[in-house]
Amino acid sequence: MAQIVKKRDFHHVSNGWNVIMNILAGLFALICVFPFVFVVIISFTDEKALARDGYRLIPKEWSLAAYQFVWQSGDTLLRAYGVTILVTVLGTIISLILMSLYAYAISRKSFRYRRFFSIFAILTMLFNGGMIPTYMVVSQLLHLKDSIWALVLPLAMNAFYIMILRTFYSTSVPDAVIESAKIDGAGEFYTFMKIVIPLSLPGLATIGLFSTLGYWNDWFNALLYIDNPNLVPLQSMLMRIESSIQFIQQNSANSSMSLAAMQSIPQDTSRMAMVVLATLPIIFAYPFFQRYFVQGLTVGAVKE
Amino acid sequence: MTAFLKNLIRNRVMLFMVLPGAIWFFFFSYLPLVGTVAAFKQYRFSREGFWASLMKSEWVGWDNFKFLFSTNDAWLITRNTLFYNLAIIFLGLVFAVGLAILLSELVNKRLAKLYQTGMFLPYFLSWVIVGYFAFSFLSMDRGMLNQIIGWFGVEPIQWYSEAKYWPYILIFVALWKTIGYNSIVYLASILGIDRSLYEAAMIDGASKWQQIRNITIPLLSPIITIMTLLAVGRIFYADFGLFYQVPRDSGTLYSVTNVIDTYVYRGLKTSGEIGMSTAAGLYQSVVGFVLVIISNYVVRKIDKDSSLF
Repeated sequence: MAQIVKKRDFHHVSNGWNVIMNILAGLFALICVFPFVFVVIISFTDEKALARDGYRLIPKEWSLAAYQFVWQSGDTLLRAYGVTILVTVLGTIISLILMSLYAYAISRKSFRYRRFFSIFAILTMLFNGGMIPTYMVVSQLLHLKDSIWALVLPLAMNAFYIMILRTFYSTSVPDAVIESAKIDGAGEFYTFMKIVIPLSLPGLATIGLFSTLGYWNDWFNALLYIDNPNLVPLQSMLMRIESSIQFIQQNSANSSMSLAAMQSIPQDTSRMAMVVLATLPIIFAYPFFQRYFVQGLTVGAVKE
Repeated sequence: MTAFLKNLIRNRVMLFMVLPGAIWFFFFSYLPLVGTVAAFKQYRFSREGFWASLMKSEWVGWDNFKFLFSTNDAWLITRNTLFYNLAIIFLGLVFAVGLAILLSELVNKRLAKLYQTGMFLPYFLSWVIVGYFAFSFLSMDRGMLNQIIGWFGVEPIQWYSEAKYWPYILIFVALWKTIGYNSIVYLASILGIDRSLYEAAMIDGASKWQQIRNITIPLLSPIITIMTLLAVGRIFYADFGLFYQVPRDSGTLYSVTNVIDTYVYRGLKTSGEIGMSTAAGLYQSVVGFVLVIISNYVVRKIDKDSSLF
């Protein structure tokens, strides 16, 4: 009998295994995405049906009441959004400026104090004063409590990112380019702005994205330093409505609701609606994030 | 002296660039170190500010530490921190590498990309949101988990009051959040492996599993070792969000959910035991420092570029 050559490409696993692997991977991906879908469904559930049946994947009754409520007393959510957006934009810009300047300076071999400032930064990665001493400095010395700077400044610098940027500068901006710029009479700053930054945009973009995500998701600084309800960022607001939707009611300008209206407030579903609304920007920006994060991760991990 | 000044002036532009960052480090990284002296004092917040609070508080030497270690608390929080971190590091490694290998071997690459997109999502969500997700499952009267066990005739469980389930819950959630993200690193390494090695193995008759065992995994060992060592270096630091948000600050669970970081925080915000909590924080920083140094030293021996210094 003649040899029958198998059509299967030898590079691949057998079909059986491929199916199993697809199921496993697909299942895990589903588990990762499912909770968000579930919360979305809950937010569209009728509050009474919730009290009866609990959180259902397919609720017996749907309702838009939660979103209506959010719309009506929406200014709390809007304010939280405003704070978060402000903090994120301000924070990312300040962060990038601070870190890129620092990293550039310590990447330049001509900087006499290069070693000193490198170690100055690296040491902060190794030893931390701790939560309480930092709190003491921020609140008692710098008097940043209940200010927007308490949300922006603590996250502004990260020695790890600075090291990544420094490596980026030394590898993607050849000394020759900088030298020739100098010969042409360019000052250090000019060189930095006009030559180095354009060349290092991918690195800056990646660090910028890490920074943006950090600011957007931050709840810890608000937890420590913010009491003023007008300065509460998104994640912190979500924390405050965990047990009761009171925070929204108390701080809403439309708080002149009738008693009847207050009793019929869809508590649970509104809470979930807030969660959904707070997460939507991340979902929308997600494909964008994903591409740059993967790039950044692989570059950072493979070549430190 | 003048030589020093001259050098400063010559380097003035660079110094100017470093200045903002250096000031930040001074205030947010180095000055707090001064505050750690509160661990040796009976610290009281003085209305006159930072220095006054530090100066006026009475010096008690090692008392805070003695008290801290005499209670059960120190043992509990250390045990919890180490236990969870070890479990998460080890299991996280196994699953992340396994997932990476799996993804790399899938025939349909577009499907693989789709799965990756899904898997990556949890990393981008804050712990507050993850806490809500957990709540949708663990809520006593409405959560999905109690509904499911209800189908099997089991009574609903008050998840947020029963400590014994939480090691599993917390580890599961931690893995859920990080495996997708971590697998990317390993996947990148796998994709960087020379294909011809596999072809040579195939010609020699090696099965897929033999190939994975003898080529993929050995070649991944360096990056696995480095990632693991770096994680172990941070084993004294817990992810505050995981242990604070997911258990919803439930007191009955503290014996299994309180880690050093949450203990320090609670000391600051609730009990007001500043001295003792700072002592705990200092304890964490010192041990953490030693571990980071050691682990980085070992990493440096393996692959110089991957260590911090």
